Amino acid sequence: MKRTPLYQDHANRGGKLVPFAGWEMPIQFAGILSEVKSVRSGAGIFDVSHMGRLVISGTDASKLLDMLTTSYISRMQSGKAKYTLICNENGGIIDDTIIYKHTPNKFLMIPNASNEEAIIKWINRCAADLNYEIELQRVTTDTLMMALQGPQAAQILQPICSIDLLNAKPFCIFEGKILGYDSTIATTGYTGETGVEIICNLNDGPYLWSELINLGVTPCGLGARDLLRIEAGLLLHGSDMNTNVSPLEAGLSRFVSFDKPAFFGRAIMLSQQELGLGKSLIGFKLEDKVIPRHGYEILKNNDIIGEVTSGSYSPTLDTGIGLGYVPIEFSREDTELQVDIRGRMTKAKVVPLPFYSRKRSK
Amino acid sequence: MNPADRYYSTEHEWVLVNQDNMVSIGITEYAQDELGDLVFVELPATGTIVENMGKLGEVESVKSVSDIFCPISGEVVEINQEAVESPEIINEDPYGKGWLIRLDPSNPDQLDQLMSASEYEIFLESLGH
Repeated sequence: MKRTPLYQDHANRGGKLVPFAGWEMPIQFAGILSEVKSVRSGAGIFDVSHMGRLVISGTDASKLLDMLTTSYISRMQSGKAKYTLICNENGGIIDDTIIYKHTPNKFLMIPNASNEEAIIKWINRCAADLNYEIELQRVTTDTLMMALQGPQAAQILQPICSIDLLNAKPFCIFEGKILGYDSTIATTGYTGETGVEIICNLNDGPYLWSELINLGVTPCGLGARDLLRIEAGLLLHGSDMNTNVSPLEAGLSRFVSFDKPAFFGRAIMLSQQELGLGKSLIGFKLEDKVIPRHGYEILKNNDIIGEVTSGSYSPTLDTGIGLGYVPIEFSREDTELQVDIRGRMTKAKVVPLPFYSRKRSK
Repeated sequence: MNPADRYYSTEHEWVLVNQDNMVSIGITEYAQDELGDLVFVELPATGTIVENMGKLGEVESVKSVSDIFCPISGEVVEINQEAVESPEIINEDPYGKGWLIRLDPSNPDQLDQLMSASEYEIFLESLGH
């Protein structure tokens, strides 16, 4: 089991450490709900060092990423970030990732921890097949990554950070310093709040982590992260999407650039767009106070039509919420469904995603 | 940590004999800590007859859901409505305000099958805690 450089710090703070994608990670510190509240109303910090960090560079890097992802990477400006999908030839989602463009020939990709190995193989295979000149460098274990999230994240970090965070737009990446230590700072996250993700040197990380907590930031675990991302309607690869679903079926068509002439899965996604989809990801909320969990069946008039891919308790709605796939005819808003909660049929209603959106300033 | 005035089950419930010979039942500090933040609680209606080690209800946290087993048979005479409405009080005070039900025991001798606080602590140690 791998451990991040913050492992000992987590244990000292009373973090509950559990296995996750081959890593021992904190699922919670003080408690999932109080951590969620901190992120929604103040600022919380997550150790996300288990996430992959791949630097892709070379003259063909941009061409390769155009082929590999559903986004127009070659048209991105330097200093920007993009959420995108890596699909196979059949349009199935191999992983979702954020790609950061440092320079026209240098990118940072953040694959999910559980997919990192598969993604490295896929990149190398495609580069070889296409005869593209790229260099792939895995910096996952040479760096530390943390996510500082919440409406007060920028204000708290600003006095110790060399970047003008208060005027930074979402989905940008900067090279700067925090407390004098070199850091890569990106205005991205996975919580539905504003905030930053910070990549720093292995040796500096533990100090920065505790200094941020000393400034009043709440340490948060993966339990809070999962609840926050479900409320924000953000999908988790391996649960809410996999190689058997396309970005269109997963409700992610806004991340597919059909104007890009060639990328893996384009033909199938185009035909899905023309012919219509068979199934679709939905968000639903339960009438009773129970939690729909991964793998529970979704029914319509007592027929099984799908299954829950993620679920949680939503403090925002004070009820159980979930995601799952159903045939397209049952995906319309307000459709009444049932979820089999350990043998008890519970009424569910299709609702638009996200379940929660932050109040936007300005 | 676990009060000495009551009995404990291997399923991490406690039973306290009240002055009127009814028993109150709840979950232990260890159980609430393992479950984490409780969000939903389901309890039987008053008048329900429950068997020894029969299912009494469910407690659900963000992380997981767990059945509560009745450590002693009897008839449910009262449920803690406050715990149903605000399950966080079970986390905050599992041995006090976070009690779950009161039961009229049909066979009080069953209490002898349960553990004392010190026996329960040894049991917890055997689980590696």
